[in-house]
Amino acid sequence: MPDTGVAVSRPPASGGKPLVRLSALKRYFDVSPPWLARVLERKPRAIVQAVAGIDIEIRKGETFSLVGESGCGKSTVARLVVGLYPPTDGAIEFDGNDMAARRGRVEMSAIRRRMQMIFQDPFASLNPRWRVFDIIAEPIRAFKLASSTTEVRQRVDDLLRQVKLTPADGSKYPHEFSGGQRQRISIARALASRPEFLVCDEPTSALDVSVQAQILNLMMELQREHGLTYLFISHNLAVVYHISTRVGVMYLGRLVEVADTDTLFRRPKHPYTRMLLDTIPDLDMTGRQRAPVAGEVPSPINPPSGCAFHPRCPFANDRCKRERPATIPIEGGLVACHAIEEGRLKAEDRGYGGH
Amino acid sequence: MIPGSNQAPLLEVRNLRVEFPTRRGTLVAVDDVSFSISPGEVLGVVGESGAGKSLTGAAIIGLLEPPGRIAGGEVVLEGERIDNLPYERMRRIRGARIGAIFQDPLTSLNPLYSIGRQLVETIQTHLPLSAADARQRAIDLLKEVGIPGAETRVDHYPHQFSGGMRQRVVIALALCANPRLIVADEPTTALDVSIQAQIIALLKRLCREHGTAVMLVTHDMGVIAETADRVAVMYAGRLAEIGPVRDVVKNASHPYTRGLMGSIPSLGVRTERLTQIDGAMPRLTAIPRGCAFNPRCPDAGQRCTAERPDLMPAGVTRAACWLYHSQGVGPALARETANA
Amino acid sequence: MALIDSFRRAADSDIWHSFRASPMTMAAAAVTLFIVLAAFLAPLIALQNPFDPANLNLSDAMRPPMFFGGEWSFPMGSDDQGRDLYSAILYGTRLSLEVGLAVVFFSMILGIGLGLVAGYVGGTLDAIIMRIADVQLTFPAILIALLIDGVVRGVISVKRHEEIAVFVIVASISLAFWVQYARTVRGSVMVERNKEYVQAARVIGLPRWLIMFRHVLPNVMGPVLVIATINLGLAIITEATLSFLGVGLPSTQPSLGTLIRIGNEYLNSGEWWITIFPGLTLAALVLAVNLLGDWLRDALNPKLR
Repeated sequence: MPDTGVAVSRPPASGGKPLVRLSALKRYFDVSPPWLARVLERKPRAIVQAVAGIDIEIRKGETFSLVGESGCGKSTVARLVVGLYPPTDGAIEFDGNDMAARRGRVEMSAIRRRMQMIFQDPFASLNPRWRVFDIIAEPIRAFKLASSTTEVRQRVDDLLRQVKLTPADGSKYPHEFSGGQRQRISIARALASRPEFLVCDEPTSALDVSVQAQILNLMMELQREHGLTYLFISHNLAVVYHISTRVGVMYLGRLVEVADTDTLFRRPKHPYTRMLLDTIPDLDMTGRQRAPVAGEVPSPINPPSGCAFHPRCPFANDRCKRERPATIPIEGGLVACHAIEEGRLKAEDRGYGGH
Repeated sequence: MIPGSNQAPLLEVRNLRVEFPTRRGTLVAVDDVSFSISPGEVLGVVGESGAGKSLTGAAIIGLLEPPGRIAGGEVVLEGERIDNLPYERMRRIRGARIGAIFQDPLTSLNPLYSIGRQLVETIQTHLPLSAADARQRAIDLLKEVGIPGAETRVDHYPHQFSGGMRQRVVIALALCANPRLIVADEPTTALDVSIQAQIIALLKRLCREHGTAVMLVTHDMGVIAETADRVAVMYAGRLAEIGPVRDVVKNASHPYTRGLMGSIPSLGVRTERLTQIDGAMPRLTAIPRGCAFNPRCPDAGQRCTAERPDLMPAGVTRAACWLYHSQGVGPALARETANA
Repeated sequence: MALIDSFRRAADSDIWHSFRASPMTMAAAAVTLFIVLAAFLAPLIALQNPFDPANLNLSDAMRPPMFFGGEWSFPMGSDDQGRDLYSAILYGTRLSLEVGLAVVFFSMILGIGLGLVAGYVGGTLDAIIMRIADVQLTFPAILIALLIDGVVRGVISVKRHEEIAVFVIVASISLAFWVQYARTVRGSVMVERNKEYVQAARVIGLPRWLIMFRHVLPNVMGPVLVIATINLGLAIITEATLSFLGVGLPSTQPSLGTLIRIGNEYLNSGEWWITIFPGLTLAALVLAVNLLGDWLRDALNPKLR
């Protein structure tokens, strides 16, 4: 098998202009019981702070990954960015345009065309009653990107080839394809409007590993060819390590650490980042000692006071319980941790087998 | 460190074949699969979805869902054939001598009963204990699987537990009667990564302490690498390779296992491209002639498209691949590269 | 175990196969087909037009059926107006079927429309629609139909009423039947609209109504078809009940229910055929349609088996 040890030329980690900027972005969900039940059972309103205020800049041409466990809000961020949910507070800027600004249909459509999304579940993300051709043609028709039916056909055939399917596959229905092939169709649809920015919500977590590698390779290839910018959501750190330029770690709706991929994996700072890294299975069989991982993610309805991670953190003290840590810049990245800020805790150097 | 490798095997599966009759013909979902598990050993069974690994587990514990059926072969537990037992006899063996853990802890627990009641019921079915003793044993089991405040938690209902805690309860349930073997089907798949690590550590510890053998069915090579003593790799209903975990993970013999291992992103080297196996596993309706992997195999020869290989010695492991036969794979194939 | 699911799907996907596997269903289909064909070919195969008073002769009244002392010209006997019962049943069945189909059509349109809106838009609009539906459900369909019919009778003359009786009855039964469609569609829409293919369409920025019609509606039609089939039987029975109670179709244009009502008056005086033959036809038709509906429900939803 080829491709081992090739030098990596990821897109530049700095210097690129920000394409997407999220500022103090918040999204709350009301999960209260119905009004009558609240009154009768004297239950309070229940609000989930799925995204509790995050700031991210995604630079042109990079892959910015968000990682975290389920319920940390990473998928909500993805849906906020593409406009599937309106934000509760904060702003989303795309290439200098405030997404919340009022604008006409045509202008809005012009911005929407430039960002698309790839979903997690290849079995739910394609309309089961449509032929693959129509699924991929839909954005082309919606954004009026082709002037004739022959042009639509050419474009769809071309897209199918780009994702390593054949034009003949266009006349089939989604159920005739395997999970990996469906994800290729999903990617073709996302590329149909010639976007610059793709939001990828766990695009490989429903796939088998050998297929996952195909899809990741395809995504990296397409990024190089089209100069795409990715926001990549995943819980799989090994996948994130391979595909990302920069990584943000989320815990209970907040970013706890942002850094270049290598910095994050080789010199993790936040205790939660370290804990996540410890959960990556040791496939190189180096016998690397893994620190025991304690506790579970608390409910986002009643997040812990102060630093939300303090109940599981081996380094927590009274201040961590009381006071929410501010985000401080460190080694080109950002981290929100009192122990790091106070110098109680140093960045940890980590090596991995095969390096 | 394979415990008891020279003892009589605890479980022996010989030429197991599982079929699904459909009206378009009979599908063979598990085809001629043989392996054994020694007492106290953890055997990992890996494969991608549709490889037949879960069905192999279900066949062993007698929980194949109709219309699936065992169409050939034998399952022998401690010298006794169990694949042809009537349902009632098998039900007593399940729980008493084989414990089962499934992917979704919610489906293994009855939402209407407290977990204590479910534990006590299972304990009393298999062990001659009084109600009070059974309850005490339930509490001890909950403590053992690391549930804090077991004395009060024992009266709680499944929905009052988090996913990770629920899976611990299911493990306690499987351990009720001190079974010799636990069949665990994707026990960590539904859980968060940090919880996964906890559950794996727990399983490992318990099996060591109780001397329980485990058949660990999963798609996650990472879980296998951390837990198993030996690994069986399945592909399209057949065994592709079986051997000690270190050798299968680091020096696989079968081209499929090699590709599978290569396609897992690791933290070692960052590359432009991950190793990938082109194509996808065949559907059961269209398993290729010869070696089922031949259309995706970089090393396939003409013999691979004609003759099906059996497991044969391949270095430390055993692999079903003609590369390790004295006559090799035969003349090279001329073909275009397959694509998914 | 995804594998087992895919086996199930492979085994159950083919509706035709499940049809062939069930002799009861095939029999039901044959009976339905026979009755429907006979009803719509009525002008060709009937002996007279029973709706045309010019064809009726009172001296032919109360003839017994053939083999019971009757004659060939009145194979199933005749009623009190001298109407040939065989022809009346053919025309009556046609009328019953037309009313049934019209009810299914209108209640389906109303129910799907309101269900789509309620499910996709949600919020207050959803709450309003569903509360109306809840209120409607607390009244039996017959009561609603009686109410509407009564109001209409109050505002227009008897003569006018006979002319528009069919429309009144279709409207009143439809208004009673839409709830089931609306609730089913709303439920399915709420499941479908959170699926990722709908989100993908939203990311493209398609307008809501387009997403509803292009993506959501086709994927919720399965259960709707099942309800429609089962409701056809129900609608026919409801119309027959109303006509039997005398608030449905007038005796000048007798449906099956009207014929049964007419015969009911003579049942004790020995003229049994006027009730029995239309009754048997109605029972056979409704039973066959319901059996088809049950089969369709099971065929489209393998989990129910």
